[in-house]
Amino acid sequence: MTTKSQELLNWIDDRFPLTSTWKAHLSEYYAPKNFNFWYFFGSLALLVLVIQILTGIFLVMHYKPDASLNASGIPVAFASVEYIMREVPGGWLIRYLHSTGASAFFIVVYLHMFRGLLYGSYRKPRELIWIFGTLIFLALMAEAFMGYLLPWGQMSFWGAQVIVNLFSAIPVIGPDLSVVIRGDFVVSDATLNRFFSFHVIAVPLVLIGLVLAHIVALHEVGSNNPDGVEIKKKKDANGIPLDGIPFHPYYTVKDIVGVVGFLIFFTAIVFFAPEGGGYFLEYNNFIPADPLKTPPHIAPVWYFTPFYSILRAVTYPLFGIDAKFWGVVAMGAAVVIIAFLPWLDRSPVKSIRYKGGLFKGVLAVFVVSFFILGYLGVLPPTPGRTLVAQICSVIYFAFFLAMPWYSKLDQCKPEPDRVTFK
Amino acid sequence: MSVDQKMDSGRRQLLVATSAAGGVAAVATAVPFVASLTPSERAKAAGAPVEADISKLAPGEMMTVEWRGKPVWILRRTPEMLSSLEKTDAVVSDPESGKEMQPEYAKNKHRSIKPEYLIAVGICTHLGCSPSDKFKVGAESGMGEEWHGGFLCPCHGSKFDLSGRVYKSMPAPDNLEVPPHKYLSDTTILIGDDSKA
Amino acid sequence: MTISVIKTLKRLAAAALFAPTLALAAGAVLHLDKAPVSKDQASLQAGAKTFVNYCMNCHSASFVRYNTLTQIGLTEQEIRDNLMFTGERIGDLMKVSASTKEQKAWFGATPPDLTLIARQRASEFGSGADWLYTYLRQFYRDPNRPTGWNNKVFENVGMPHVLWELQGEQIAKVSEHDGVKSIELELAKPGKLSAQEYDKTVADLVSFLVWMGEPVAEKRKTIGVVVLIFLAGLFALTFALKKNYWKDIH
Repeated sequence: MTTKSQELLNWIDDRFPLTSTWKAHLSEYYAPKNFNFWYFFGSLALLVLVIQILTGIFLVMHYKPDASLNASGIPVAFASVEYIMREVPGGWLIRYLHSTGASAFFIVVYLHMFRGLLYGSYRKPRELIWIFGTLIFLALMAEAFMGYLLPWGQMSFWGAQVIVNLFSAIPVIGPDLSVVIRGDFVVSDATLNRFFSFHVIAVPLVLIGLVLAHIVALHEVGSNNPDGVEIKKKKDANGIPLDGIPFHPYYTVKDIVGVVGFLIFFTAIVFFAPEGGGYFLEYNNFIPADPLKTPPHIAPVWYFTPFYSILRAVTYPLFGIDAKFWGVVAMGAAVVIIAFLPWLDRSPVKSIRYKGGLFKGVLAVFVVSFFILGYLGVLPPTPGRTLVAQICSVIYFAFFLAMPWYSKLDQCKPEPDRVTFK
Repeated sequence: MSVDQKMDSGRRQLLVATSAAGGVAAVATAVPFVASLTPSERAKAAGAPVEADISKLAPGEMMTVEWRGKPVWILRRTPEMLSSLEKTDAVVSDPESGKEMQPEYAKNKHRSIKPEYLIAVGICTHLGCSPSDKFKVGAESGMGEEWHGGFLCPCHGSKFDLSGRVYKSMPAPDNLEVPPHKYLSDTTILIGDDSKA
Repeated sequence: MTISVIKTLKRLAAAALFAPTLALAAGAVLHLDKAPVSKDQASLQAGAKTFVNYCMNCHSASFVRYNTLTQIGLTEQEIRDNLMFTGERIGDLMKVSASTKEQKAWFGATPPDLTLIARQRASEFGSGADWLYTYLRQFYRDPNRPTGWNNKVFENVGMPHVLWELQGEQIAKVSEHDGVKSIELELAKPGKLSAQEYDKTVADLVSFLVWMGEPVAEKRKTIGVVVLIFLAGLFALTFALKKNYWKDIH
């Protein structure tokens, strides 16, 4: 480094912790050397967040949150999306990146959460990281839900209609609450404008704050790894973990491989199948919102369907309150319960590698029932399907609620002292 | 264990190649985003050439048509108006239309294809206000005894003669812009397109 | 313990496999003919002509500008001469002259904008093109309908058979087997075109509607190929770089 640039760096360092931040979070942040495939999804989630913010900024320049009809009798909001797709140079690509990015975000985040489940990343001392993560997931669901209203297609409109009406199930305050959320007695221009505001300003700010907290908490305690052993327990004379390597350059070069690999899948969808077979962009959403006509079959976007299935699975009234309310409670609980994992898992080991057949079996059943719930959520309900959804919902909750027992009963193998690295 | 010591030539080459390819990717990614800032098809359609019917325009009258969201004046000059241009030659800053404010075919004293008709963008070359017409001559115009008829910009007082030529020592630096145009017939002008069909 | 887990898994898998069959049993099944969608410019231009002459009397394509049709190989002069009738400008949107209110008064409902029709009509039974191709060929005479027409795919449709002069008149032969009603269509009065010619006309029209749903679709795929090839190269580079750095880690 030349003396001039060294001088500039010193000048900055006297006023701003540039070098020390770089060291603390990258060049001297020691991460376990045995990260595997599953550890790509954290950095990928960050990448998708950047893609969404960047494309979002440019979409807002052309999008109009306006439910009134234009001269051709089409809602202005819907028309402005088509305007972006057809008339804005490059607009189609920016929009497809954003719409595909929404689904990609959930794919990456679900895999990231599953990684935590596999290797016990939520356990002491990483409880707060996990709680921040759950809050990110919640914020992401809110962000996606409100963003989905903006194209003002039939699915946008009726999806919002159904979900907002869920709040009316809450006893006493419910009906008023749903009116306050909509700002009207039906989903309308007022709803569209406030959802737009939340989608582009409020929730992204919260999301970015939570992501920062998530990373700061992670770097405070250090990363877990596929063996679930603490690398900080074995250090060399300089206090550097024996199984740790500097995040930069080793994990930066590795994560870049992950980023390019992800982009191959991502751009393949964006350029060759942006509708995602009707799952990423639903066919009915190419029809402008019509408050007088519900499409014959409405289903939420795929990433909500497991929780939507749980909602629909509750068909019994309880304590004199109707089933609708308990469905909402079950759906909310299904998300919130994830935050309690650190205190539900009583296993002596963290990683699935050293857990016994009992835990592995239960986890497998949980994953299968989660997929079934997701699949049932896109289909219209029948008595048979509702029964299956009920069974799967019970499995979903049992996985969490029974964890203190089966995780203790499980026959675990002893954890090694050091990480395994081929 | 420092990274610099391990910087063998293979690694250096790879780093350079990857950075270069990454740079290409970044530039390529920027393309649609920058493109999205340029005028859309709608804006281009609004900027399409417009036809103006001048059959009902009487001598001494002016009509305004909208082209690309801007006012375009069509002034049918009387012989007196045209002769006023001789008098203003001395007081305007660019009497020969030396600056590129008009197509080649309007680079003359009357700044138009046919002397009778002036076609000009009615936007002051200073800061974009639209000048108002002051066609009356002399004291009657309220512009002083020496006024030969022309335009006055209400914002900062720039004066233009009846060819849209700016007076000397005015805030406006240039003559009014003459848009590309052509005559489709004796009574129809196409503004915004001067290609020979 | 493991055995019971596997059993449960099997049962759940069976339930999941069974679910789609239930779905089909529950709703009406649409049998759609596969639309021969063409990207050939001659077909698209023929489709554009049919669209402008028959569909645009009532339906708009209000997201498309006339000059967008240069992308299917027409010159602006050809568009002006053959496809524009009411003195619009070449950069204008393809709107209908009647206002939506008037249309609502005439038809009871506003004829939908057709710009996105091929994307809207996609379903689990087939692509939007398949639906349109089948729909436009399955009108039949029905005296009980106010328009005198009905449709096999879109029962009690509000739109009359606009292309009837071309196709001719079909009538329905309703038969019942085990309580299941089925409709067979039969050409009672031939139209100007033979059956093959009519199918081709409809196929061209549908191809045009598909193109109109996303004019950028072909360009998108072309760019996609370049992007993927580039990313494959970048992947190889970054992978080699990662290998190079990681050879130090033991």
